[in-house]
Amino acid sequence: MDPGQFFASSRILIVAGKGGVGKTAASACLALAAARTGRTVMVVEVAGRLDSAPMFGVDPQGYDEQTVYDDPGRGQVRCRSITPDAALVDWLSNHGFARIVRRMSKSGLLEIVATATPGIKELLVLGQIKHLEQSRAADLIVVDAPAAGHALNFLRAPLAVRNTARTGVLRRQAIEVLEMLRDSERCRALLVTIAEETPIKELVETVFAVEDEVGVALGPVVVNGLLPSIEGLDASSELDVSGIGASESALSVDEISDLLTAAGFRRDRLSLQHEQLASLAQQLPLAQIRLPHLFTTSIGLAELKALATAASASIEATERWAGS
Amino acid sequence: MTGTPPLSAVTSSAGSSRYGDLVAQKRVIVACGTGGVGKTTMAAATAVAAAHGGRRAVVVTIDPAKRLADALRIAELDNTPTVIDGAWPGTLGAMMLDSKATFDDVVSRHATSKDQVERIFGNRFYVNVSTELPGTQDYMAAEKLNELHFSGEWDLVVVDTPPTRDALAFFEAPKLLGRLLDNTVYKLLISPRPGVLRTVNRAAGSVVRRLSRVVGAEVVDDAIEFFQTFQGMEEGFKSRADETLALLSSADTAFVLVASPRSDTIAEALYFLNKLADADLSVHAVVVNRMLAALSISADEAAELQSKLSASPLAGAAQALVDHVLASAGDEDRVSQIMAHVPDAALMRVPLLSSDVHDISTLSGIAELLVRDSL
Repeated sequence: MDPGQFFASSRILIVAGKGGVGKTAASACLALAAARTGRTVMVVEVAGRLDSAPMFGVDPQGYDEQTVYDDPGRGQVRCRSITPDAALVDWLSNHGFARIVRRMSKSGLLEIVATATPGIKELLVLGQIKHLEQSRAADLIVVDAPAAGHALNFLRAPLAVRNTARTGVLRRQAIEVLEMLRDSERCRALLVTIAEETPIKELVETVFAVEDEVGVALGPVVVNGLLPSIEGLDASSELDVSGIGASESALSVDEISDLLTAAGFRRDRLSLQHEQLASLAQQLPLAQIRLPHLFTTSIGLAELKALATAASASIEATERWAGS
Repeated sequence: MTGTPPLSAVTSSAGSSRYGDLVAQKRVIVACGTGGVGKTTMAAATAVAAAHGGRRAVVVTIDPAKRLADALRIAELDNTPTVIDGAWPGTLGAMMLDSKATFDDVVSRHATSKDQVERIFGNRFYVNVSTELPGTQDYMAAEKLNELHFSGEWDLVVVDTPPTRDALAFFEAPKLLGRLLDNTVYKLLISPRPGVLRTVNRAAGSVVRRLSRVVGAEVVDDAIEFFQTFQGMEEGFKSRADETLALLSSADTAFVLVASPRSDTIAEALYFLNKLADADLSVHAVVVNRMLAALSISADEAAELQSKLSASPLAGAAQALVDHVLASAGDEDRVSQIMAHVPDAALMRVPLLSSDVHDISTLSGIAELLVRDSL
């Protein structure tokens, strides 16, 4: 599939997954890949952390909107942060509580409202995202969803609120957000995982919950941190220490031992990874966007560009949204 | 609170790591850290280590991966520890926390009448508090810890904590309900007394009416009913919370940060430690899970070797070596970043295993690594 076509198919991509799978990097590299197709892209962070900007090589300026990548006339990425707490305060301020909202937070009323209506904060974050989408704030909005079990809670929030609040303005908000989530031209969820047993198992469970309960259309699964295979790696498995000693006499015993350890370790990891990818494909008929493991200590613009290139290549190799 | 002496005397011996000392001496170990780093596995291995050391140890897990749960035989959700037989002189117990059931137990314990219990259980605001309120899982984990510790049946209680980005959630959790119950708006809302409060009540009534329009009347009604029903139980809840907090801050308790050396999880771990430091809390040990095996060769030597072997059958192995050395140096670099924040904490490295832990013998292997003197 052409990346331009891919990034045009929904106006919001919600990038979700459990903690430690590299969701923020996945969001940032998809945003960059989309910008390279000539779009303005907005990355929305909702965890109260400002991790995206540094990946574009830019110092984070705070929660307000900030341009982090600009290729004039070709594409642009902007970042902004919407925190659940701020979303609740904003919303109450806009609904007749402007004057007392400050006192409310002191008195604990905000906490009671949040407790009485589970999911209200997450719903209101989604409500602000809906507002961004409807005001056409960008061609594409990429949402870096909260981590851990929260990924599902985030998407389930409008359902939870709709079930709790049977009347009132909030219920209408929940219904409108659900409409947005359920319209694949407006919104899709991309789930991120790494090629390991437990994350994949949890991903598979999440996918069915997201699709069946919430009704969000799913995009491809993003598989992060894949170790690249190495040509000729298998050759070393057939050599034993004595054989190497004869042909590569310049090598010390330690060097040989390290070579064999590293090669053996890599082979094991690759074969495990292969197994897990196959298991994922078998359990989920979704296309996969595969991102390579980077051997660098942190992700800056150079690394992000490499990831974006890999993402685009992966999308090009994909024939359709869902596999057979 | 002063610590009661360990019930079965276990002395740390030469050859034991500093982590081994914690396992042998502490009464409570709290494993904290962000999700996806193997926190539950490390908590379980810690309890296994204590059982190997002759102690009666129990691990309270939160949402363990299925294979680990199977290994620990905690598939059943009865909210009490199951004793696991194994080749250790001590006793190993394991359980999975049922947050809602624990909350129900606490309510039943503090309630003044059966009728009060039933009204609370039937209230939707209570159902939200006991299942959905952020921090409830932490609160109930702390509550369970308290219960098991004071039961006298265990020398060591190891608690896994819910995956959270908020390092302080576990410490603040016991205060959670107290905070809800303490707030002034609610006191006004439930106050039936006329007189001085009437004007204030009228103002509160206007807030309630407006809130009802916005979030829905039944939501507000449920909340008010909950607080009214809860009256009379506040003191019981508060003194229990104080007891738990005292236990957490006593010398009997150790906090262990579990981390992995991946760059994204390290950022989370550092954020976590900063939060703890801001609150003057310290971790006793750091367990870095999923470390790559360190090799003797340096990055420069590996690169040199690679160019030497570019045309040999070992070219692929040389590439693997270069990658490995680079990645392993990155791991060490990130471990140093963590330890710079907590220089006094014990550091334990656990290697990346080729598959997820799903049997007791693997757990025992990790347990041995944790307590063995690595120096």
